[in-house]
Amino acid sequence: MTIAGAATRGRRSPRGREALLAYGLIAPAFIILAVFSFYPLYRLFRFALYRPNRFGTGERYVGWSNLPKVLGGDEFQSGLWITLKYVLYTVPPGLALGLLLALAANRRLRGIKIFQTIFSSTVASSVAVASVVFFGLVNPEIGKFGRVAFIDLSSSDSALRGVALSSIWQNMGLTFVIVLAGLQALPDEVLEASRIDGFGPIRRLFRVILPMISPTLLFLVVVLVIFAFQSFAPMEFLTGGGPAGSTETLVFKIFRRQEFGRINEGAVMSLGLFGLTFAVTLLQLTVLNRRIHYGN
Amino acid sequence: MSSVALRGVSKKFGDSVAVDDFSLEVFDCEFLVLLGPSGCGKSTALRMIAGLEEPSVGTVSIGDEVVNGVDPGRRDVAMVFQSYALYPHMTVYKNIEAPLLTRPMEPTDGGPARKLGPSERTVRVQEAAATLGLTDYLSRKPGALSGGQRQRVALARAIVRRPRVFLMDEPLSNLDAKLRTQTRLELVELWRRLGTTFVYVTHDQVEAMTMATRVAVMAAGRLQQLGAPQEVYERPANLFVARFIGSPPMNTLDATVRQLDGQLVASIGESTLVLPAGLSDSVVVDQRVVIGVRPEHLIVHQEGPLQGIVRSVELLGHEQHVIVEVSEHLLVVRQDSSSVAPAVGSGIRLTPDPDQLHVFDQSTENRIDPGPVIP
Amino acid sequence: MATETAIPVTSRGRARRRAAGWYVLLGVLSSLVLYPMWMTVVRAFSDPFIYLQEGQPFLPTAIDWGVFRTAWSDGALGQAMALSVLIAVLITVAQLVTSVAAAYAFAYLRFPLKNVLFVLLLASLLLPIEVTLLANIQTIRELEWLNSIQGLVVPFTASAFGIFLLRQGFLGVPSELRDAARLDGFGHLGFMWRVALPTNRPIVGSFILITALGAWNSYLWPRTVVDQERWQTVQVALRSISVERPERFNVGVAAALIAFLPILILLIVFQKQIIRGLTAGAVKG
Repeated sequence: MTIAGAATRGRRSPRGREALLAYGLIAPAFIILAVFSFYPLYRLFRFALYRPNRFGTGERYVGWSNLPKVLGGDEFQSGLWITLKYVLYTVPPGLALGLLLALAANRRLRGIKIFQTIFSSTVASSVAVASVVFFGLVNPEIGKFGRVAFIDLSSSDSALRGVALSSIWQNMGLTFVIVLAGLQALPDEVLEASRIDGFGPIRRLFRVILPMISPTLLFLVVVLVIFAFQSFAPMEFLTGGGPAGSTETLVFKIFRRQEFGRINEGAVMSLGLFGLTFAVTLLQLTVLNRRIHYGN
Repeated sequence: MSSVALRGVSKKFGDSVAVDDFSLEVFDCEFLVLLGPSGCGKSTALRMIAGLEEPSVGTVSIGDEVVNGVDPGRRDVAMVFQSYALYPHMTVYKNIEAPLLTRPMEPTDGGPARKLGPSERTVRVQEAAATLGLTDYLSRKPGALSGGQRQRVALARAIVRRPRVFLMDEPLSNLDAKLRTQTRLELVELWRRLGTTFVYVTHDQVEAMTMATRVAVMAAGRLQQLGAPQEVYERPANLFVARFIGSPPMNTLDATVRQLDGQLVASIGESTLVLPAGLSDSVVVDQRVVIGVRPEHLIVHQEGPLQGIVRSVELLGHEQHVIVEVSEHLLVVRQDSSSVAPAVGSGIRLTPDPDQLHVFDQSTENRIDPGPVIP
Repeated sequence: MATETAIPVTSRGRARRRAAGWYVLLGVLSSLVLYPMWMTVVRAFSDPFIYLQEGQPFLPTAIDWGVFRTAWSDGALGQAMALSVLIAVLITVAQLVTSVAAAYAFAYLRFPLKNVLFVLLLASLLLPIEVTLLANIQTIRELEWLNSIQGLVVPFTASAFGIFLLRQGFLGVPSELRDAARLDGFGHLGFMWRVALPTNRPIVGSFILITALGAWNSYLWPRTVVDQERWQTVQVALRSISVERPERFNVGVAAALIAFLPILILLIVFQKQIIRGLTAGAVKG
């Protein structure tokens, strides 16, 4: 059936056929998304409205009051707090390092491609691999830097920082790649104009380069923040959530609540995580994107 | 003292030579145009003056000082880029102010050069903006401006610090045709008003001819000819310049020098043209030459020496072009539109204005002097 | 007549010194990236006890290649890697098919509720596996898909990101090509196969690489769906091999290297395409 041929066919209008074809094409993707993205949202709400009964044999309906109860409760609050701390520990250093690497590697030098490959290499590492790598570096018993106070995994004050190292290292590759792409997209002539205007390298960096790559940087911040919200494996590998639950991020807590009896609490937490992700994405779309309205 | 001087400058990028043994002296306050087709090295030459590229060989001087190795910001030049290169995140005001932020300048109250304070900068920015009619746009950002306005911002940024030399890299090519003509006039007026040296790069010969005090024609990295527009038009130094300048381009015919009745003539197939007087010392019999004659210097004449067939007639309203095939060459003849256009396919005889013949050596492609007499 | 080079000697020397400075900085920064990797290699080769006793030196205490063989057999790495490869291939192929189909529809076809459905697609980005984990694992349990290929693969057979990426690519095909295809009598399938996909080969290539990489590296879902050792993917297996037995850490680390090196090589070979996939959407123009 040709596209034009459809117009000469009989009963169904060409628009109708086109719509039918379109629905057929999007069906596979949408069915999967419906079952594994949207349906779960409904199920989470349903779980959230129940609690296990006191005999542990079934659930009983408690209604919407369960949500504020759990969200305000110690477990969620601590998970939230730890997750937010993790954002603080991983995003600014990750961004700064990626920026530093990209600024250093964005020049014409012989062999620069080798350095660029090296800088991007942590992209190849999975969370599991990065966690094993850093286990060998920060584990209190066998890690080379296991006794360094600032990142000591055996102390509840510093454990999260130790775990953060593995995420920072792993994110370096991605951050570098994205910032480098942003730098390379800058129009040469604007940079040349700034040289002719007498801007030295530092002034050029702060007054021209950074402002012009700010959309890229903002995008990166959002990506890194969402990664931090989703962190799980580094904690599982490095601390198992300890010491004293000081590295139990939200996803970690959620993971531990798969079983019947705990799943209701877990569902509320999942919804809390959803809300957090929603808020950050909304922030990106409104506040941050307003700054994108300059440029040629 | 020349304002800008390039002496023996060559530039290589890897194996390719962009500029080859190029020497040029730009006089103070002149409007010099570097003209040539794309890839001829004119932009590279300009960038070497600016300091954005360094010559592989040779020196660049601004004023009396050799500036090889000097940072672009310290050469006291301003540049207007083809794409204007405005800072997209800064307002027009800040764009124009940018060159004033780091350099010491001579303040208006006299005294030694120093960095200008904020109020002094404001005065200068507003001056430059007023000169270019941008006063109402100072708080806008480049994204909110039209192409013509952005170009004026680029110009304002250039003039705000009163540099020794203005460099322009094809500033008109991103404008539409109508705006281009208007801006051409404005640029020349600006030059007159400022009284500073302008070095201007373009591939458009109309711009070169109408704006320049002198034109430097470049091709394949080398200087082909340097002279006032009229001179370059009337006495092209070689075949390249002859064919590049003038629209429609100069007609060229391959010929051989012969002796006929004691005179030197150029033999073109069946036709014979008498060579201008005074060439007897410069050519030899059997020498292969190229005869050049501009379309406006060819006349239809019953007894003209050039015999050919009319291939096409193009009516342009104000004039007409008759395209004639003569000895395997296609020649263009310009006629006033009041002339009767010959019929396509008919035989025709042409005669050139004998004072307007150009003779070039076929192998070196250089002009063989003396050229037509200019009183 | 060229004059001699009159470029002052100092400026060439200065340029050379400046380059040297950059190389030093680049070297220092490289060590930030490479040091953890190097230490991992060192620990793989060294016997754990001896290594600790020696104060964890920078160089390996011995070079024991056998550790890789041990890691492979002890951790049943062969089986885990085969499983990881299988699910990576299945997920990539599935995502490609579903995304191309949906992207084509969104790019070229008109149908009612198109905008609503597109917004839904955007909304699905707010529901990553971390959020939907508990509900999905319940679903999987009810379907009895724990410890199975279906359980590992099916939830990831569609990708909103992929649909966006490919739709962008399809929209970039010049409309003249569509008209030419119509005149040549090509239907949708013909147009997609002969024009839309071939002109977007780079984007498709990048998408394949990024998806395969993501599937190979994924941890949370395989960890959740699987509780039998023989159904562990490489990433999940790493935990039991390494972290749970720190006294044999060299084996664990060797296993991590085995999991890491193929991907590193893939990254080096397909650097351009992978980077293109990662930066899609990050950089304008």
